[in-house]
Amino acid sequence: MPAIRKNNLLAKAIDNSVNFSFVLPAIAIFSIFYIYPFYDIFNLSLHEWNGISSYREFVGLANFKELMVDKIWWKSIWHAGFITIIALTFQNMLAFSLALVCDRQIRLKKFYRTVFFIPPVLSEIVVGLIWQWILYAGTQSGEHIGLLNYVLVKSGLPHLVNNWLSNPKTALTCIALVHCWKGFGWGFIILLAGLQTIDSQLYEAARVDGAGSWKTFRHVTLPMMMPVILVVIILTVLGSMQVFILIISMVGQGLGYHTEVPVTRILSSMMGTGRYGYACAMGVSFGAILITISAAFKYLSNKTKQV
Amino acid sequence: MINKYTIKKFFISIITHIFLMTVAMSCLFPLFWMLRCALMTNETVFVDKSIIPSQMNFGNFITAWVEGGFGIYFLNSIIYTASVVFGIVIIASLAGYAFSRLRFPGKNLFFYMFIAALMIPLPGSFVPLVVLMNKLGWANTRYGYILCMINVGLSMSILLFKTFFDKMSPDLEDAARIDGCGRLGIWWHVALPLARPAIAVVVIFNSLNVWNEYILANLLLNDKSLMPLQRGLMVFQGSHSVDYPLLMSGLAIAVVPIVVVYLVMQKHIIKGLSSGITVG
Repeated sequence: MPAIRKNNLLAKAIDNSVNFSFVLPAIAIFSIFYIYPFYDIFNLSLHEWNGISSYREFVGLANFKELMVDKIWWKSIWHAGFITIIALTFQNMLAFSLALVCDRQIRLKKFYRTVFFIPPVLSEIVVGLIWQWILYAGTQSGEHIGLLNYVLVKSGLPHLVNNWLSNPKTALTCIALVHCWKGFGWGFIILLAGLQTIDSQLYEAARVDGAGSWKTFRHVTLPMMMPVILVVIILTVLGSMQVFILIISMVGQGLGYHTEVPVTRILSSMMGTGRYGYACAMGVSFGAILITISAAFKYLSNKTKQV
Repeated sequence: MINKYTIKKFFISIITHIFLMTVAMSCLFPLFWMLRCALMTNETVFVDKSIIPSQMNFGNFITAWVEGGFGIYFLNSIIYTASVVFGIVIIASLAGYAFSRLRFPGKNLFFYMFIAALMIPLPGSFVPLVVLMNKLGWANTRYGYILCMINVGLSMSILLFKTFFDKMSPDLEDAARIDGCGRLGIWWHVALPLARPAIAVVVIFNSLNVWNEYILANLLLNDKSLMPLQRGLMVFQGSHSVDYPLLMSGLAIAVVPIVVVYLVMQKHIIKGLSSGITVG
């Protein structure tokens, strides 16, 4: 009897390892390119290292302490927050109102849906470079080169002409608006898909009860859409807080620190000043901030589900 | 009364269409402007602001393709996109199939590990990744970049495949097993052909992602002969006293394929997005 059992065990072990071999390539790649770097970002954040020398000096939490009082770092977080606020209000309002309009029977619906999703399929580099060219501030023989300034002068509004991307007052707003331009299509498609799952009988019932369009929206559409709206909000926050390629392609390194966001700080700490440990400390701290924010929203969305 | 109602309805529909059209035009106009400027010369582009330029100059595309290096960048983008997407489809469908159908110890642990990677935002994860690639000597190589990009799309694709296989009826696989088909044979001959809708979604989203990727290409690839389009655009923008018509032609070369793919595959993209949301 023991011999058979041993055979069984062996057969089971072989069976398991054959099954396991299906996930092995995925786990191998994941371990090398995700888990090890994940460990290393925490490890590096406790060291001072220039990226070249073989010696990494252990400094404990010194990088984090320095980060706490790094004014440019906090400024960069505020900039990302500013972009996020504009995206949450302007971009999401736009996406939601477009989705509401397109949810009805309307002509050209397919055309609109197709066009609104074109900016999201473009890369941030492409979007940034196109808009940089439109917002270009130079002049040649008295004529503005950039389209926006040119149009402003021709339509009799020369006092609005601006160095859009090099003026500290307007640069960040321009970036935020271009970010919205690129991003609203996502929210639109998700919200529209959500709206289409709402049972039309609910609208019927509301109409029978004598609810007007505002009341129907307030008491039927909005509560039914809350989970989807929260998903869009979380995606917007996570996406906007981490925006940086758009900034690189629109203003490059920028002048002063007017357009710095956390990820560009990480990048310039790594490539510019060669402080890899400090860059990782930034990454870890900012990651913690993002996780806290999305956990808070998750908590909120669970609450709304229970009500 | 009815008259008043129809007039009101008519005006509302006109206002909605004006609103929708304005937004739609704002989406299309920058792309039109890019194409228009790509067709001008360096002398006219600064002066001529007419909507349709008086002289069309298709030479920019040839110059960008040959002298600007966009031919090489374009070819590289194709190579990277094709190999990454192929790798992801094979590796993720194998893993997704195993997580859905097969038994092995630690299955749930490994699966949740992939899910956790989707949930945890890790800004600056490129720093240790670049350090690792330098250490392994895989920086500035094609396969290094391809493997990194496979990892980027892996978790989401595994999740998509697993949820798809979970919903699929196992009848056909059982039939194949009775016919003496092995596990690998069932995956290849039965599961994968049935998973075509999931494959479509995985292929489209990962293609968009790889085609548009910039930051890893920027940090890992230094040789011009290895760079994909997005990286090439930034090199071009940085190194010349910017020749805008040429830059716009380069942008057009990067934009046109992705927009065409999007227009052809639209249905799958929208379906994939809605299903992705229900999964999340």
